[in-house]
Amino acid sequence: MRRSALSTRGLSKAFGALPVARDIELNLPKGARYALIGPNGAGKTTLINLMTGMLAPNTGQIFLGSDDITKLEPQQRVRLGLARTFQINTLFASLNPLEAVTLAVAERRGIADRFWQNIAVHKEAIEEAHDILVKLRLGDCCYQVTRELPYGRQRLLEIALALATKPKVLLLDEPAAGVPQEESGDIFEAVAGLSDDLTLLFIEHDMHVVFRFASYIIVLVGGAIFIEGSPAEIAADSGVREVYLGKRKHG
Amino acid sequence: MSITGATASPQQYLLSLSRWRPIEIAFWLATLLPFILFPNYLSLASQIAITALFALSLDLILGYAGIVSLGHAAFFGVGAYTAGIISRYGWGEPLSGLLAAAVLAGLVGYVTSFIIARFRHLALIMLTLGFGLLLAELANSAGWLTGGVDGLQGVKTWPLLRYFEFDLFGYVAYSYSLIALFIVFLFARRLINSPFGLALRGIRENAVRMRAIGAPSRSHIRTVYTIAAAIAGIAGALLAQTTETVSLETLGFQRSADVLVMLVLGGAGRLYGGLIGATVFMIARDQFSGIAPQYWYFWIGILLVMVVMILPNGILGGLSQIYARWKRK
Repeated sequence: MRRSALSTRGLSKAFGALPVARDIELNLPKGARYALIGPNGAGKTTLINLMTGMLAPNTGQIFLGSDDITKLEPQQRVRLGLARTFQINTLFASLNPLEAVTLAVAERRGIADRFWQNIAVHKEAIEEAHDILVKLRLGDCCYQVTRELPYGRQRLLEIALALATKPKVLLLDEPAAGVPQEESGDIFEAVAGLSDDLTLLFIEHDMHVVFRFASYIIVLVGGAIFIEGSPAEIAADSGVREVYLGKRKHG
Repeated sequence: MSITGATASPQQYLLSLSRWRPIEIAFWLATLLPFILFPNYLSLASQIAITALFALSLDLILGYAGIVSLGHAAFFGVGAYTAGIISRYGWGEPLSGLLAAAVLAGLVGYVTSFIIARFRHLALIMLTLGFGLLLAELANSAGWLTGGVDGLQGVKTWPLLRYFEFDLFGYVAYSYSLIALFIVFLFARRLINSPFGLALRGIRENAVRMRAIGAPSRSHIRTVYTIAAAIAGIAGALLAQTTETVSLETLGFQRSADVLVMLVLGGAGRLYGGLIGATVFMIARDQFSGIAPQYWYFWIGILLVMVVMILPNGILGGLSQIYARWKRK
């Protein structure tokens, strides 16, 4: 019996002789706020790529709820409710946020193949897109072309696009990557404000942010789970300090 | 250009993007000028309208979905031969000829789209090039059907709507081509302002993100490729019907390359880019070939290099940039 929103079993992947994921066993309970941490090159993004289908594992299985999604295409996984954001902005540069999120909503609603209808007749889809943008405080810049948006706004648009797919599980790959520290709080406030039904896993380097927003922490080292536990357990673990926390200074 | 966000609802804003602008109306009124100003050049005007339609079809796949094709003339040629062969074997009614050409070219486009949708970038250019060469050689070897290098003889187009005889001066030819261009343009304009049009721009802008929002990009590409092929087929049929001949050149590599040049000149992804590019290209060819017929590509070469260097988004892109700067003052 599986209660998890997302889980993996014995997930492994190697690039040639280099193992990047080793026997990963993951269980994300519904509504969880998980942080995935680890030093550079630990395989955090690789793990997200494996779970979302952008990479194929060598062995192991991935389950969304009780469905085995190991063999599904990335877009099929999205339609089942598994969405992600990217560490490096992966946006539609010449579209504005309203167009971009409306597109994502239209794809989810299955109306994106209608070449005979003006987009403006789909009032509900447009308003749904606008509501998502307002929720992420992008309402005032939603007519501005994406490539001209401030970087922090682009990071929020990453999340808005993922939300437009109505995910059950959302994987956030360093949502505040490259954002000045004083602004990264805004992004995580927005993340924290998401529905409690949504299961979250985020990669983040800033330990203050991790301890503030995560209910559970997984430490990845060398492609394998080094340790996992509550923030208090992780903070108290001497091994974690050695491999990870000890190396970094955070004011 | 856009209305301010504060007052308009998101829906009204998106509606405003598809509203007809005065410059567009002026453009279409200007297409009527040849009837008054250049009545001796109506045959050329007709060829321009046909080429513009062909460039418009390429714009849908290249300018919007980002599919670079070096073999788009294949569909133009299929359309031209379809209309021509139907007429040669006794059915010269133009409108049904157009329809048959659209259906057959669309069918060829649909079948090849399954391969096209799986590839991008250089592989795609080579694939489309390969298909184009393949089809041209097929038409060449099937001389019993196509007339081979001599071209298809004996094409006779019946009067349009049984009333308008195709005349020597090209009045009917230009009217016919222009109306066809306008109707297909209306369709294309609706398409790019549709949810599907948005999805095409999404594919062009970021294929990885399209997967991440659960979009079936390959199915979108198959759809637009089929539509573009059908439109190219209509353009080919118009040429066959108005000139009453079809040569191998209609599906040759040169035509594929020319239409790409036109689109780049005019500005891809702007709907009017292909129309402007085709007009500039065809007039330039007409004028330059009058001076030195064997060298006229020299001038097209210069024009292309200049435009790409100075106006990376084509003539239309440059004009809209100037307009935006002028408006800000």
